[in-house]
Amino acid sequence: MGTESIQSPIVQFVALDKLIAMGRANSLWPLTFGLACCAIEMMATGCARFDLDRFGAGVFRPAPKQSDVMIVAGTISKKMAPAIQTLYEQMPHPKWVIALGNCAISGGPFVFEGQYGIVEGADKFLPVDVFIPGCPPRPEALIEGILELEEKITGSRRWPRVEAG
Amino acid sequence: MNPEIIRVVGYVVAVIAFVALNAAMLVWMERKVAGHIQRRIGPKEVGPFGILQSFADGIKLMTKQLIVPEGADVLLFKVAPMLVMIPAIMCFVTIPFSEQLAARNINVGLLLIFAIASVNVFALLLGGWASNNKYAVISAARAVSQNVAYEIPMLITAITVVMFTGTMNLQEIVLGQAGGFWNWNIFPVGKNIGMVVVMPISFLIFFICSMAETNRAPFDLGEAESELVAGFHTEYAGMGFGLFFLGEYANVFIGCSLSVILFLGGWQGPFGLLPGVHWFLLKVYFLIFVVMWMRWTFPRTTFYGLLNLSWKILIPISLFNLVLTGAFIKVF
Repeated sequence: MGTESIQSPIVQFVALDKLIAMGRANSLWPLTFGLACCAIEMMATGCARFDLDRFGAGVFRPAPKQSDVMIVAGTISKKMAPAIQTLYEQMPHPKWVIALGNCAISGGPFVFEGQYGIVEGADKFLPVDVFIPGCPPRPEALIEGILELEEKITGSRRWPRVEAG
Repeated sequence: MNPEIIRVVGYVVAVIAFVALNAAMLVWMERKVAGHIQRRIGPKEVGPFGILQSFADGIKLMTKQLIVPEGADVLLFKVAPMLVMIPAIMCFVTIPFSEQLAARNINVGLLLIFAIASVNVFALLLGGWASNNKYAVISAARAVSQNVAYEIPMLITAITVVMFTGTMNLQEIVLGQAGGFWNWNIFPVGKNIGMVVVMPISFLIFFICSMAETNRAPFDLGEAESELVAGFHTEYAGMGFGLFFLGEYANVFIGCSLSVILFLGGWQGPFGLLPGVHWFLLKVYFLIFVVMWMRWTFPRTTFYGLLNLSWKILIPISLFNLVLTGAFIKVF
């Protein structure tokens, strides 16, 4: 979804496209950017026990110009939404968005009558690629989300999927 | 065809390839070192031991959209990353990798390296200035004041080595340290017993300054993420940012190789055995490992602390060192 606005090239080389997709999938640099409690789980994912850097996704870049994936980690207040939109628009293509946690998916516990301050879901104003449910999701879930995004970019999954039960 | 032209072209191609490969390896090494220092593993899934990680990053950076920010000086904005890269490559002209492996044997090699390497600061200033971003300008100004402050003790300590060896030719400086580690300039017991006091201090000052010159932590005030977004390359996307990084790693290599040539015997073996390029690379990569070790162990200094360290401590000590060098050369 994130690459929609790039026009497809006139001549396509399948091998080259695959190589580029592999390169992109294996170096997803997230934006250093946390909104609420889910950001703590995001930090835990980058730290010793879970180590997001194993997949090349551990380089949290502070500048939007240098990052590839925006992890919307937490509750989006109406005041924060324009800033998030600006950050997203400052990222160069190709870019992806991960909505981490129930608040970023649909507003989570903040959906009730008379609620005035919360945007109910990141997909109201951003093209979200991967939704990761949980309140907050565990770090394993974020890693699974990153793998899911890699699958979306390259078309093949890194490891066999683990079935529940 | 003129064999001289073939030689020059060969060297240029080899040096550019070396700089690129060296940067790729150092980025991987840096992430591995960082990982192990923080009790993580670091890159592991992309290729064996994650060794292809930098190549994936390179492909990604090269195929990323290039953005020139609104209101930026387009020409300077595009020239700045190249200006970081060009002096870094030019510095390799005089560095002797071994007795045979040096592009040029110039009798002012040391001076030439200092002259070319200072263009790097200019490029950082241009990059920050052209981006039309307040954080980039602030951090570029920081990088410049830091570089000016640390250039002085670095040059003064280089002068102590030049006084001691009597030459600015890097090849001759290395040849003068032949024999064994007791002849190396860091601890020259075999040559001048007085200089044993001076040279370790000189080495320490030189190493600290070369780390500060290349904007490495704990002196990376130019790219302090907590205050200045990402530093002078805040507005650079894709390969523009990549070139800044290639240049930084090339400069780290040059700084460490200068320390090795001036103080640690260059390509000479520790017991005079089998001198050659392997000793040079071994020593340089060990020093680079020390640089990374320090980066991931120490927190960033404050800016006042950084400048005070240079102006109030390193410059007086290095001047005192210079006087002492003169005295010891006369006495012993």
